[in-house]
Amino acid sequence: MNQHLLSIHDVDADDIVRILDTAESFREVGSRVIKKVPALRGRTVVNLFYENSTRTRISFELAAKRLSADVINFSTSGSSVSKGESLKDTALTLQAMGADAIVIRHSSSGAPLTLTRWVNGSVLNAGDGTHEHPTQALLDLYTMRDRLGRLEGLRVAIVGDVLHSRVARSLSFALVKMGAETTLVGPPTLIPPDAPAWGVEVAHDVEAVLPKLDVCYLLRVQKERQRQQYFPSVREYSRLFGLSRARVGLLPEEALVMHPGPMNRGIEIDSDVADLPRAVIEEQVTNGIAIRMSLLYLLLGGSGSPGEEPVGARTGAADG
Amino acid sequence: MTGPGGAGPTRLMDAAEIGRALTRIAHEILERNKGAERLVFVGIAARGDDLARRLSWEIERIEGTTVPVGALDITFYRDDIGMRAEAPEVHETRIDFDINGRTVVLVDDVLFSGRTIRSAMDALVDFGRPSAIQLAVLVDRGHRQLPIRADFVGKNVPTRVDEDVRVAIREVDGEDAVLLEEAMTTTARREGA
Repeated sequence: MNQHLLSIHDVDADDIVRILDTAESFREVGSRVIKKVPALRGRTVVNLFYENSTRTRISFELAAKRLSADVINFSTSGSSVSKGESLKDTALTLQAMGADAIVIRHSSSGAPLTLTRWVNGSVLNAGDGTHEHPTQALLDLYTMRDRLGRLEGLRVAIVGDVLHSRVARSLSFALVKMGAETTLVGPPTLIPPDAPAWGVEVAHDVEAVLPKLDVCYLLRVQKERQRQQYFPSVREYSRLFGLSRARVGLLPEEALVMHPGPMNRGIEIDSDVADLPRAVIEEQVTNGIAIRMSLLYLLLGGSGSPGEEPVGARTGAADG
Repeated sequence: MTGPGGAGPTRLMDAAEIGRALTRIAHEILERNKGAERLVFVGIAARGDDLARRLSWEIERIEGTTVPVGALDITFYRDDIGMRAEAPEVHETRIDFDINGRTVVLVDDVLFSGRTIRSAMDALVDFGRPSAIQLAVLVDRGHRQLPIRADFVGKNVPTRVDEDVRVAIREVDGEDAVLLEEAMTTTARREGA
């Protein structure tokens, strides 16, 4: 694996399988009375959030704490950043304090990559602008594999505002890597023009797509990222693309409904639909902790350089 | 070594010897604990859990009592995380019974430095407070780095530190055997010599 996780392009299919398999063990840890293991004792993880995000920050915080790492939450309001400190100086400060990993969320695409120039630790992208959100994609893959038993050949539709969605980009790249058949569904104004080059299909009629799916993945209508009018009204969007009670009936019996949260009940998903057993939205949240534990463990659990192995410490558990 | 240039490992135990050792250990466990009432087995992954299952079958055959078997992966409790190039591979942990107040017999294939057992005891106490922890191993090869000893041993094998003792289990490797490999051989093979 690479030292950093900036994009799904940093991992190959084998890495993804390893990340999901390791997460399986961490989900077991999450089911214990004492949900904590000493794997990353003495390591420091910094959550550097330039954009508000309660759920992703809490998920990373819990993941690091369950690995016994020390966690520092650095949010931009009320910190040196609100006094005008640049990303570079914040990075150099965290570097000087000895951060082993920096989890960054930023409204500018590419900020995590820029950060890697100034720090020695691992950088994990927790969402950058409209670029990528790789940990969300990995927890979504985990949830699909856990529920449906496989990823290859799975038929997945990602419905909604793909253009502004870093989740949709990361998830599409990851699904294509794992051999799933992926379709992007939305109004033409919200589908990126280069989407066919990602290896995905594009469709504009949600009702035609639903009967052939294993997973219907809904995106949030992100009013805050849209700088111009992409559809006439929220009401019209909801009528054309929202997963209503009637539409959910078009899905095959076993098909899942997923959403990265936070949901707009009544816009992209009907309130009743969000509470159906096939909507695995809370499972996605639970699995997110296990995936982030897995990533922190795999990125920080090695020295990063090949060296002498300690005596009596072979790879297997059979060393004594 | 079987000869000059020969790459074959030395066979320390065959399937029959392993079977007899496990039968004896099962009897010793019953004798020491005066039956199997409060016992549970926790095998250390990988291979210790397979041996634990065998011991449980032996005890069922002798006493008619079923001893629960769990599997424990100690990776997250290792003392060398971050010292090797890659994060160690993780196996499954599955202990779906209560260990509070029970006598836990830890089962592993090879006892060497003792570091795995130290990790295993740390892991176990996160699951509860056993009334006692005992240790059963198929092979004790010496060279302890910690003050740990086994309660039940299949075979004591004097080894050099640079040798490698490998236990093959039918369920995983297709045959039951304990093999002694020269570490030099492994290195030479890796270098293509």
